[in-house]
Amino acid sequence: MPASTMAALTAACRFGFAPKPRELATIGGDPRGWVREQIARRPEALPNDLPPSQRSVAMMLEARKDKEEKPALKEELKKIYLSELDARMRAAVLGDAPVQERLVQFWSNHFTVSAMRPFVRGFVGAFEREAIRPHVTGRFVDMLLAVTKHPTMLLYLDNAQSFGPDSRVGQRQNKGLNENLGRELLELHTLGVDGGYGQADVEALARILTGWTITPLRFPDAGIFRFFPQIHEPGDKTLLGRVYREGGVEEGEQALRNLAAHPSTARHIATKLARHFIADTPPVDAVQRIAKVFQETGGDLRRVTLAVVQEEAAWREPLGKLRTPNELVISAYRIVGQAPKPGEAFMTLKNLDQPAFLAPSPAGWPDVASAWVSPETTLRRIDWAQTFAQRLPDPPDPAGVMADTFGEMLPEEVQQAVRRAPDKRMGLALLVASPQFQRR
Amino acid sequence: MIGRRDALRMIGGAFAVAGLPGAAFAAIPGNRRLIVVLQRGAMDGLAAVAPLSDPNYAALRGSLALKPPGGQEGALALNTDFALHPSLAQLQPYYAKHELLVVHATGNGYQTRSHFDAQDLMESGLSAKRGVSDGWLNRALALLQHGDQRLGLAVGGATPLILRGSVPVASWEPAGFREAESGFIDVVARFYAGDDLLGPSFKEGIKAQNFSDEVLGGDMKGGGGFGPQSFKPLCAAAGKLLAAPDGPRVAVLEMGGWDTHVGEGAEKGRLATNFAGFAAGLDALAASLGDAWRETAVVTVTEFGRTVRVNGNNGTDHGTASLMFVMGGAVKGGRVAGDWPGLSRLQDDRDLRVATDGRAVMKGLLRDHLGLDTQALARVFPESAGIKPMDRLV
Repeated sequence: MPASTMAALTAACRFGFAPKPRELATIGGDPRGWVREQIARRPEALPNDLPPSQRSVAMMLEARKDKEEKPALKEELKKIYLSELDARMRAAVLGDAPVQERLVQFWSNHFTVSAMRPFVRGFVGAFEREAIRPHVTGRFVDMLLAVTKHPTMLLYLDNAQSFGPDSRVGQRQNKGLNENLGRELLELHTLGVDGGYGQADVEALARILTGWTITPLRFPDAGIFRFFPQIHEPGDKTLLGRVYREGGVEEGEQALRNLAAHPSTARHIATKLARHFIADTPPVDAVQRIAKVFQETGGDLRRVTLAVVQEEAAWREPLGKLRTPNELVISAYRIVGQAPKPGEAFMTLKNLDQPAFLAPSPAGWPDVASAWVSPETTLRRIDWAQTFAQRLPDPPDPAGVMADTFGEMLPEEVQQAVRRAPDKRMGLALLVASPQFQRR
Repeated sequence: MIGRRDALRMIGGAFAVAGLPGAAFAAIPGNRRLIVVLQRGAMDGLAAVAPLSDPNYAALRGSLALKPPGGQEGALALNTDFALHPSLAQLQPYYAKHELLVVHATGNGYQTRSHFDAQDLMESGLSAKRGVSDGWLNRALALLQHGDQRLGLAVGGATPLILRGSVPVASWEPAGFREAESGFIDVVARFYAGDDLLGPSFKEGIKAQNFSDEVLGGDMKGGGGFGPQSFKPLCAAAGKLLAAPDGPRVAVLEMGGWDTHVGEGAEKGRLATNFAGFAAGLDALAASLGDAWRETAVVTVTEFGRTVRVNGNNGTDHGTASLMFVMGGAVKGGRVAGDWPGLSRLQDDRDLRVATDGRAVMKGLLRDHLGLDTQALARVFPESAGIKPMDRLV
């Protein structure tokens, strides 16, 4: 096979999802250049009829206001959730900025919010659109600030209900601290579990972030981020050996800036990026080089992502990362250039154990093959391949799809089976069920 | 069994408009139903209905030849010349009741041995491939349709080409994933054999699945698969939907597994298993239609037939003529219709020759069962003026 085709295919699969029809020709002989050009883009614009988080948050507050059941509001929030999934799926499947969409999904998973806590269901999608999308090739610190101030995160990790014990409200109502967000910020979002912090730091950060909550229903701007001094823990706090003087909302902002600039954060992010784009166990020196760029550029994610592309290991063949079910589904639809029917993406991903915005914990979905391989799940991928092909409204010629997308990496045996398939759907099912298609 | 929720899953189907009187479909005479079954992969017509009296039959078919009627595993005599494959036994009573008609040596008016091209032509109803995006049955619906009721129904997944076109149709499919069919799994198993990461878990998964199938039995799988046994639940569901007084009147079902290049077998083998599933499905369709069966015609069609001679893998390769079944309470059955071209002279020295263009059968049904006139037939099947509708089907 021509080396250039294989490199184009590697670019499309490793940094995007999978080539859509004619995309390999676009990538042509300069795969690294294509990825760089992709990184210079913006993520896809999503339909503008998706409501801003403020509206859905206010709706949720309304729905939970008193004991009375409000099925209409709940139904509306569910509809928003499903529309968000469809919009995001379409952007990934049909869009011309697959690398941007991969980055969106990577960062969205890094800063997981999950509808496992059902009351956030109506605005997990808005979270990604408002706090993640604008920043995937911007500065890490800006994303961190946007995420931490976002109503979805404040509600999902309970900070909206965290009270300074010595604050006015805390004193009066005898309410206290909730460490949830403080802990996950350190463990998952910034330093990493071995990043050099202790229980005292968790509590300090939680105290620093008291008062970061959302505007309640009685205000006209209900449902947006708001700092309430009357629940903020007064006094100085010490986080990672640094003293934060009492400073209201700025305490937290300063703490997040410092956390973003911490060398442990650079190492943690570099490790996750390398694991995502290169290998389950990424080369140590690659991680070090990416971390160095993170550190030197002050967390400029455009430069950091370029540093990942720069790594030789990211171009090594054959493709070795197992596609997650979500990536498998996106890739399958992408190679045929058709999006799933509205509502279908949700059921499909649910049946494959990776429903969107429903990660089991704040740690997000695992990013290593061992977490995804089991006898049941492997068979389910294959079952799904046939269901996928069966449900395609307009199945294209599988031999054409093969030649146009990832045929080059298929062994002759698979190619022959696809060419000899008794109908189009069977041929497409064989393509998607092939072990090669499970990798990226 | 179709629950209420399943019925509602029919996308924009007639069911959304509850309580419509049957008279809303007055364009179709009475309350007649037409069901087309697409057999994808090319069914071996000579195996389905064997020309046992043809002097060349036994010699040409070799190991695929069926045993004569009467003995153990023997074919099931239809008349002095033809016999049904033993695995199609569930269809025999319909023949006896004159509700099953065989049209032998049918083809679809083109010479291609490509599955895709042939299926496209079978569904578009044209004689040559030319980027058509609508199917002949949808063109027929366009002439039958009054108002926005959905007369057409696609069962089992996406809408096949035969039903695509200007007239919206309803669709129904079982919820969730269906288990992949065993032929598919067999091919995929070869791909996974050498895979260090996924190979072992694939093998374990198959073992576990076989175990649970054994324990639960095939019936527990419901509409959950693509194999021969999955056709029956689809048929049962389709029958229920079509039996509803305000339900659809024209439906398409699909069944695969006919591409028997390897291990086709005679009384036993892949084809026998497929026949059994096929016959069980048609039987279930009749049962679930209930009283509506009396006004129903089912027609089965495949894209082409298979070679007369056995190949090197106890199977057959792509051929030319196959056959069509026409079945239903409305059908004048109990006969083998159409000319028999014989096996003494073969198409390209390998295939059964076409005696009847399948469109003649379809035209006959559209005219005499659904009431389309000659002009309408010309719009459904353009470029086929020379093909006369077959008489006396219903």
